[in-house]
Amino acid sequence: MTLIIEKLHVQHGAITAIDDLSFTINQGELVTIIGSNGAGKTTLLRALSGLLPVAGGRAEWKDKSILGERPEDLVRRGIVHVSEGKAVIPELSVAENLELGGIWRKDKRDIAAATAEVLELFPRLGERMKQGADTLSGGERQMLAIGRAMIARPELLLLDEPSLGLAPLIIDQIFAAVDALRHRLGLTVVLVEQNAMSALSIADRGIIINLGQLVISGTSADLLNDPALRSAYLGY
Amino acid sequence: MQIFFNTILVGLSSGAIYALMSLAIVLVWRSTRVVNFAAAGQAILSTYIGYEAMTRMHNYWLSLPVAILAGALISALVEAIIMRPLAKRTKGTPVESIAPVIATLGVLGGIRSLAGLIWGNTFLQYTSPLSSKGYMIGHTTIPFSPQNAAIVVGAAVVLLLFAALFKFTRLGLALRAASFQPEISRLSGVRVDRVRTIGWAFAGAAGAVAGALVTPTTYLSPNSLDLLLVSGFVAAVIGGLESLIGAVVGGVVLGVGFAFILQYIGTSVTFSAAFIILIIVLLIRPQGIFGKGSSREA
Repeated sequence: MTLIIEKLHVQHGAITAIDDLSFTINQGELVTIIGSNGAGKTTLLRALSGLLPVAGGRAEWKDKSILGERPEDLVRRGIVHVSEGKAVIPELSVAENLELGGIWRKDKRDIAAATAEVLELFPRLGERMKQGADTLSGGERQMLAIGRAMIARPELLLLDEPSLGLAPLIIDQIFAAVDALRHRLGLTVVLVEQNAMSALSIADRGIIINLGQLVISGTSADLLNDPALRSAYLGY
Repeated sequence: MQIFFNTILVGLSSGAIYALMSLAIVLVWRSTRVVNFAAAGQAILSTYIGYEAMTRMHNYWLSLPVAILAGALISALVEAIIMRPLAKRTKGTPVESIAPVIATLGVLGGIRSLAGLIWGNTFLQYTSPLSSKGYMIGHTTIPFSPQNAAIVVGAAVVLLLFAALFKFTRLGLALRAASFQPEISRLSGVRVDRVRTIGWAFAGAAGAVAGALVTPTTYLSPNSLDLLLVSGFVAAVIGGLESLIGAVVGGVVLGVGFAFILQYIGTSVTFSAAFIILIIVLLIRPQGIFGKGSSREA
């Protein structure tokens, strides 16, 4: 087990956003967290990356607690969070956004190698390196956000709704890229999604949460083949 | 024609000083979104420290780096000891946006009183080896002295150093990223708190350069830089508060504008002119000359 979440509890003021949530994720696994709006998916990721304080429970990555740590320190421990909504800095150029991902790293040679890998995966970014990130399309911004995360050489990638607001064709491209990355680099991925079909198509397992609590978890195949779940949570 | 050129020279020199103070205000605004009224207080304290260094070392040029380092340190301490804890404690409360501004006024008053206690409310001379007498061209003296030249060169050097730092270094990228999107910056590994303190330190250094360069042309007292704060602030607003280039252009525009008012209208209106220019800019182009047309996307 590399990521262990046990009885995790997160409060938003008086509202309980994550309630007694427990699950584990193995090294190299891609697990998708599925749920409707307000289910607590984004809150969970923000708690895991140190952006939100946790009220109770345990969260460990490689046998060491990650609770109470700051996001900038967790990045140095290999935990990289691509936050919701095409998380790029529009005022900076594409090249600068990528450079930001490795800003804390000393190994300049490996930063260059990682950047080359990102540009190979997303050639459209390479054509737009000097442009401001504000000139990119939604899909390109999402590629840039993921690309920036990859420059940090993450071991645990937390992805928050990469499909949000994108056209189906672009969503397929993004998910194919995530799938390729994790197989090539042996990444452990937590993928938060509302687009359950796309997410389960590349995930090993799925965890369905509602109102901050775990509803059910299982392999992608099991979840996709459960008729009751399909109508209740997968929306078709 | 001679008067016209002289007026521009006078304006260039005072504009360079406004530009430095404006840089001090813009650098703080960019790093923490605080309008720092304490900038004048920090600059006066660093100038007194420069003055002390000069009286001991008997060398104006050696006292400059002392004043600049002191300015950076004072500003970093103000941020780390007062502003950061204040921002954390007031977060989410109704006073969140106004408390830091009021605190900077408190710091301004506090530093002034402290300077009065230590050095007295008298006029001290912080002298430069450069003459404050104008250069001679033929038989006429122009109103531009070697010290004025040092001021213009000093401001240009500071601007170029900052421009290069922001454009070409990792620290510069971190400063810009943290100013635009602190959360994404933290998720990318930028130590945003530390970067903000460094932003304040740079601002303090810019203010210290302004104080140490301008004081030899006048005198040193606990409130001798107060007027400069107003000019620097107006220059920053003209430049759009965000842009370093804007801060400098704003300073020069204001300096030259003042010089013409002084030359052709009279001394009595210059101070009010600063506020009139400020209000006109805010009404016509609130985002400043270099500010973006609309507010930035979230």
